[in-house]
Amino acid sequence: MKSDFTPPIGKISNINGQCISLIGNDIDTDRIIPARFLKCVNFDSLGESVFEDDRKTLKGKHPFDLEENKNASILVVNSNFGCGSSREHAPQALMRWGIKAIIGESFADIFYSNCIAIGIPCFTLPKKSIEEIQNYCNNQSLLLEIDLKNSLAKSKDLNLNLEIKESSKKMFLSGEWDATATLLEKSFLVERKYKELPYIKFI
Amino acid sequence: MSQDTLFDKVWDLHKVSSLPGGSDQIFIGLHLIHEVTSPQAFGALKDKKLKVKFPDRTVATVDHIVPTDNQSRPFKDNLAEQMIETLEKNCLEHNIRFFNIGSGNQGIVHVVAPELGLTQPGMTIACGDSHTSTHGAFGSIAFGIGTSQVRDVLATQTLAMNKLKVRQIWCDNKLSKGVYAKDLVLHIINKLGVKAGAGFAYEFAGPAIHELSMEERMTICNMSIEGGARCGYINPDAKTFSYIKNKLYAPKNEHWDRALRWWESLKSDENSIYDDVIKLDASKVEPTVTWGITPGQSISINQQIPLLDELSPNDKLVAEEAYEYMSFKPGQLIKDTPVDVCFIGSCTNGRISDLRVAAKVLKGKKVSKNVKAFAVPGSEKVATEAKQEGLDQIFKDSGFQWREPGCSMCLAMNSDKLIGNQVSASSSNRNFKGRQGSPSGRTLLMSPAMVAAAAINGKVSDVREFIN
Repeated sequence: MKSDFTPPIGKISNINGQCISLIGNDIDTDRIIPARFLKCVNFDSLGESVFEDDRKTLKGKHPFDLEENKNASILVVNSNFGCGSSREHAPQALMRWGIKAIIGESFADIFYSNCIAIGIPCFTLPKKSIEEIQNYCNNQSLLLEIDLKNSLAKSKDLNLNLEIKESSKKMFLSGEWDATATLLEKSFLVERKYKELPYIKFI
Repeated sequence: MSQDTLFDKVWDLHKVSSLPGGSDQIFIGLHLIHEVTSPQAFGALKDKKLKVKFPDRTVATVDHIVPTDNQSRPFKDNLAEQMIETLEKNCLEHNIRFFNIGSGNQGIVHVVAPELGLTQPGMTIACGDSHTSTHGAFGSIAFGIGTSQVRDVLATQTLAMNKLKVRQIWCDNKLSKGVYAKDLVLHIINKLGVKAGAGFAYEFAGPAIHELSMEERMTICNMSIEGGARCGYINPDAKTFSYIKNKLYAPKNEHWDRALRWWESLKSDENSIYDDVIKLDASKVEPTVTWGITPGQSISINQQIPLLDELSPNDKLVAEEAYEYMSFKPGQLIKDTPVDVCFIGSCTNGRISDLRVAAKVLKGKKVSKNVKAFAVPGSEKVATEAKQEGLDQIFKDSGFQWREPGCSMCLAMNSDKLIGNQVSASSSNRNFKGRQGSPSGRTLLMSPAMVAAAAINGKVSDVREFIN
């Protein structure tokens, strides 16, 4: 876990960092952060427990334990990453370990929206491209510069056309991923809706 | 793009505005909270100096961390005690209705809200828990959210969301004897895969679905998320309305008549358009058991664990991981696999009808001496009803431990955990690595009736041999 953790604030347009590859499909949020670590009333100490059980099983050989990955910030994963529980503790643990962006074949829906809500852009690429990046990472350090506006990532050897939902991209570029302020702007419309809905009177 | 489905109607009704980024601002009609995913959200409100916008639209209970053996306070586990105290304090401070232990209405949030009549057709329902999809059984649009979104619902009663596509899953015919809603939903997830639902709401429809009781429908919608769909729903019908009628928070008197007229208008139109339609024959489904580490890795009770070559290229990687973790050999039969622990409970299968079915199998029989078996009612109401019917005694006489309500060993946030590489037969929803509290624990998901059968025989069994 990085000791100098500060959460992202405002507009996010560029992410530069070293990639860390984690191979496997359907990696669920219980694996990212086992349930026993959810017994907390804040997220502060989650970074050190990320992938705790997988890391213990692999006895120091898990990518999150390798010395060469200790400063990595761009996670490269396979398909259906983050499936299962809605626990935001999962992306919070990744972020507190040092992850700032994720590139994967596909993401589970709730995990994806949790990542948006805390300022971690998730990009997708076809299976073949992901495997190429993961192979590359296994042989040498991969430093990527991600330009969110143009959905491009480049390194000295690679140029990648990343995919990201247009609405997600706009939210990161404008800072509206931190949605509360935007949602509060339309307060009068929300109050009108509350009065209009047929069932509010039922209870 | 879907048109005139229940999902479209409810979404459009709750849309407050179009946000600059292209997503919609959606009003949340009912917000359910619990002790695990809410404390940081209340903390964020405090940091931002915000209040809860409509405290009457949020309801709280405590479920994930509660012990099921001794619920006296303070809890033995200091962290669990701290979490319940934080929830108590937050609810008091923000004037939120809280069903605490001993209130008579505490329990797993997805069991409690329907049984109190809080869950109603046509609502949008959000909760910081992925199994919120359960409430879709009533024709509401219900989905799990993370803690930052819990904060947003508390502060604004709305969420920024992209509209989902709608896939209809049409189930023909009806389930055969000894085959339950759990078997059907495991079958569906196996056929479609664990990620097929990403970006979709699932509409479960067809004769086999409408034949199901409300509690069975909840089991189906509950596990939508295991197929990747954060939202699953069923069009409401007479069974839905009759379940809600006279519940504590059900509309009363003239409100009931108005509600009924509105609810009847909500269902998907006959000529509505879906983004995708899947059809399957429910009469072909057999008692189903998971053998792997995702809820999609399941087989019928008499089938063999699939060989690597029988699987699609995309499923092979996880299958190899599963063989190793579960210590199963490809081609091995799942039937007769010895089990160490049997668990009946959870938001999937911890309701009164689940306990009734299991008790019917257990009556007059004994749990195998090699098995630790325990039943955890889904709520205080379920526990009371079970006691009135004498079900608790049937469980106890058979050798089951009878516990207090909570989430328990579904996710093992309390002291109910597997030890080492124990194998559990479980009526819960997830067989992920380490899910039931031991990093090497192994979970076989099945219906409550199948768990009862496994408990008696000490091994995975076909419940149909018990009920004929």
